[in-house]
Amino acid sequence: MKYLLLIHGSGGGAVQDWLDYARAVREAGILVAGEAPADPSLATSVTVGAGGERVVTDGPEDREALSGFYVIDVPDLDAATDWAARCPGARGGTVVVRPVAEYA
Amino acid sequence: MTGDVGASVEAIFREERGRLLAALVRRFGDLDLAEEVTSEAIEAALLKWPVDGVPASPGAWLMTTARRRAVDRLRRDKAYAARLALLQVEADRAAPADPGADGGLPDERLRLFFTCAHPALPEVDRGALTLRYLAGLTTVEVARAYLVPVETMAKRLVRAKKKISGARIPFRVPEPRELPGRLPGVLRAVYSIFTEGYAASAGPDLLRHDLAEEALRLGRILHRLLPAEREVTGLLALMLLTHARRAARTGPEGELVLLEDQDRSRWDRAMIDEGEPLVVRALTGGPPGPYGVQAAIAALHSTAADAASTDWPQIVHLYDVLRSLTPSPVVDLNRAVAIAMRDGPQAGLTLLDALAGEPRLRGLHVYPAARAELLRRLGRLPEAAEAFREALGLAGSEPERRHLRARLDELP
Repeated sequence: MKYLLLIHGSGGGAVQDWLDYARAVREAGILVAGEAPADPSLATSVTVGAGGERVVTDGPEDREALSGFYVIDVPDLDAATDWAARCPGARGGTVVVRPVAEYA
Repeated sequence: MTGDVGASVEAIFREERGRLLAALVRRFGDLDLAEEVTSEAIEAALLKWPVDGVPASPGAWLMTTARRRAVDRLRRDKAYAARLALLQVEADRAAPADPGADGGLPDERLRLFFTCAHPALPEVDRGALTLRYLAGLTTVEVARAYLVPVETMAKRLVRAKKKISGARIPFRVPEPRELPGRLPGVLRAVYSIFTEGYAASAGPDLLRHDLAEEALRLGRILHRLLPAEREVTGLLALMLLTHARRAARTGPEGELVLLEDQDRSRWDRAMIDEGEPLVVRALTGGPPGPYGVQAAIAALHSTAADAASTDWPQIVHLYDVLRSLTPSPVVDLNRAVAIAMRDGPQAGLTLLDALAGEPRLRGLHVYPAARAELLRRLGRLPEAAEAFREALGLAGSEPERRHLRARLDELP
């Protein structure tokens, strides 16, 4: 089953910890996807109004917002929370575990 | 009338229901399917057994019938079957099946205990889930137990079940390294059922009494499944020693009777005799846990002839241990009362006054009630009356209110 690990907060962990974690996820053969957005000051928001007009704005520059994500494929929630707990972002931050919706 | 007969038969099948359900969940990996065919098998038994007689092995009969129904259901619904098959493959990848699990009827309930008390489920629902799926109560009975409308309880159970299947909370016993983190949640769920049974002896008190009995039954099952876990033993001992006092806890007018005023000849000796050796086991072989320590405190009360001859120094010591394990102002309060018994009311009152303004005691009647008792013993009667009144304003249950009103009236 696929789970999305949403890493919130600027969290602790040295660069090496994140690299080690990324390698561990890869080597376990559970990695589906994983990325980290660049600095929140580079964020841009887009919304389309009822009349089809596009509104593009700067931000939000929210440091507590998503700071990275993984999609992993593991047997169950316990396995997913184990991987979430190993993530450096869980120290001083929060990792939210969400099953990926299945549209069969 | 049929409803009544049905209800009593439900009760007979309670124990079987939990066992059967757990075995089916293990087999099919799906709580919904297991629940459905468990009910069907029990219904079939209700029709057949009165006519054909009870089979030699009722458990095996129920299991065979339930399994057959499940297979039928999966044959009809191929998409569902495919999904479950996939689930099973993944579950086996995570935890290989126990060898010999296909032989007799292995007890799979321990897995289900850990699922029902899983940390990913809301704490308030864990007791209800445990009652529903392990104690085998119907949703109506669980709702009655928690004094909530049936519809509300049904919604909560459905939501929890959806989380279990949707987020795929596994049916598995945590590995030894995980156990210290996970077992307390299971114990808390069972103990929450027990304390719920004691929370309000008012209103339909017989039903609430049942709740304490159900918690005891669950505690016994858990103790059989995990005989070496000392905190499981401690929890069972604590519940036995507490429940042993049930007949003496209320007076003729239904008022609460404090421990020191209880008629100890009305304590349930058999239950105490069952509980006491468990306390020893809970405290032997390593540092004690919070349930073991609380059971030890209960045991010191059980062995004392009356309040005056109780080993208060030892009780104070045990509260000190408990405080280091699970610090809480409620523990501090109980310790202060024990110190009052050991060193006199003024010593206890000084400690209680130091807890004034503690946010976690705000709104609890036990704090002003304990102060009132000590003030009364010190002869500071107007202050005692004021504290009793304050406690009366906060007490929820009728027996507690009766007790406090009587205390207030007794003041000269």
